[in-house]
Amino acid sequence: MAYQKRTKDELAKRVAQDIHDGAYVNLGIGQPTAVANHIPAGREVILQSENGILGMGPAPAAGEEDYDLINAGKQPVSLLPGGAYFHHADSFAMMRGGHLDICVLGAFQVSAKGDLANWSTGEPGAIPAVGGAMDLAIGAKQTWVMMDLLTKKGESKIVERCTYPLTGVACVKRIYTDLCTLECTPQGLKLIDKVEGLSHAELEKLINLPIAA
Amino acid sequence: MINKIAASIAEALANVKDGSTVLIGGFGTSGIPGELIDGLIAQGAKDLTVVNNNAGNADYGLAALLKAGRVRKIICSFPRQVDSWVFDELYRSGKLELELVPQGNLAERMRAAGAGIGAFFCPTAAGTELAKGKETREIDGRQYVLEYPIHGDVALIKAEAGDRWGNLVYRKAARNFGPVMAAAAKYTVATVFELRELGELDPEAVVTPGIYVSKLVKIPRVATQAGGFKKEVA
Repeated sequence: MAYQKRTKDELAKRVAQDIHDGAYVNLGIGQPTAVANHIPAGREVILQSENGILGMGPAPAAGEEDYDLINAGKQPVSLLPGGAYFHHADSFAMMRGGHLDICVLGAFQVSAKGDLANWSTGEPGAIPAVGGAMDLAIGAKQTWVMMDLLTKKGESKIVERCTYPLTGVACVKRIYTDLCTLECTPQGLKLIDKVEGLSHAELEKLINLPIAA
Repeated sequence: MINKIAASIAEALANVKDGSTVLIGGFGTSGIPGELIDGLIAQGAKDLTVVNNNAGNADYGLAALLKAGRVRKIICSFPRQVDSWVFDELYRSGKLELELVPQGNLAERMRAAGAGIGAFFCPTAAGTELAKGKETREIDGRQYVLEYPIHGDVALIKAEAGDRWGNLVYRKAARNFGPVMAAAAKYTVATVFELRELGELDPEAVVTPGIYVSKLVKIPRVATQAGGFKKEVA
């Protein structure tokens, strides 16, 4: 039976569905940012930005940008009523101290046991940059990854062991992909859901790892 | 009488020595003390170690300091940006040493310096390349990495308003590293857009108490420029 991949919007919506009312959340740069647009109506979710914002709101209208009020990607944002500013050491203490409920990050690779590789491809000659990735990966109560399951070459980004340099060890709790949602456990992968028409056996074949039902 | 207000940036920076570690506030372009960096370029101190979250944007500010060849080493978390070409070239040609530090460790190492902490165990980067060669310890079932403070000889920061005792308030997310760096350096210079009389800043809202500030310089207000990201083409 044929199956359809989740579009980027559908994936963002799928992640947003699992964010509970009242959650404090950090959304990583790139794809995770889109999750903010899909928080179900009636849920109040407070977004944190690593540079010292709680209660971060959407991008301002054209012409209203204030470059003293930017997100982790250095793009202009807004502050919701009730929002607050704080300095960098407080911001990362907030992360590391386990005060954020959920952090959603992109990834190059995730291992079945939840090791995360998302900061460097280890390419020789590349300029290294880590930013807040390593602090975020290990800080929140739950770290979720949001990514396409397969690389452009068709290789699974969920692996037995990461070959790219690690960002954090056994820190990912859930992986949301365009084909499935999985939980990382000390015993390996566990299925949460998958797109319609994709069989369990097909999914295991794509990932090349056993997935507990 | 205490009067930390300097008449000019040149006066405030006159004693910066060659070989200093200079903490420079800012995240991307927000909170970057551009006027003080220009002042440091004019002052001429060289062989500097600079601590900043990034490594300069385009050809101005920190990028201009790097380009002037005054910096031996940069300690930062995210040097690579779409407009970090000055850093990229110097790093690739081996003219600039880089110590890459996870952003939270960068902040906490300076916080530790300002707070008199000798070292601390932090879970960030445990089990990764950035913990290589560092002491690690299992505490309560979790791996931690030993991190040492980063002390500054000088901190250059940008605030919104201040008074002659050095009390500071900031503007929005431009606060970022300012309060942490002010405490971590022996000599802290802040620019402000507004000077207030003692007592005019709400004591409940002072972010950096004056004890951490050595000099303030009033500068004309200039809106922060965009930088560090790729503008989407409509």
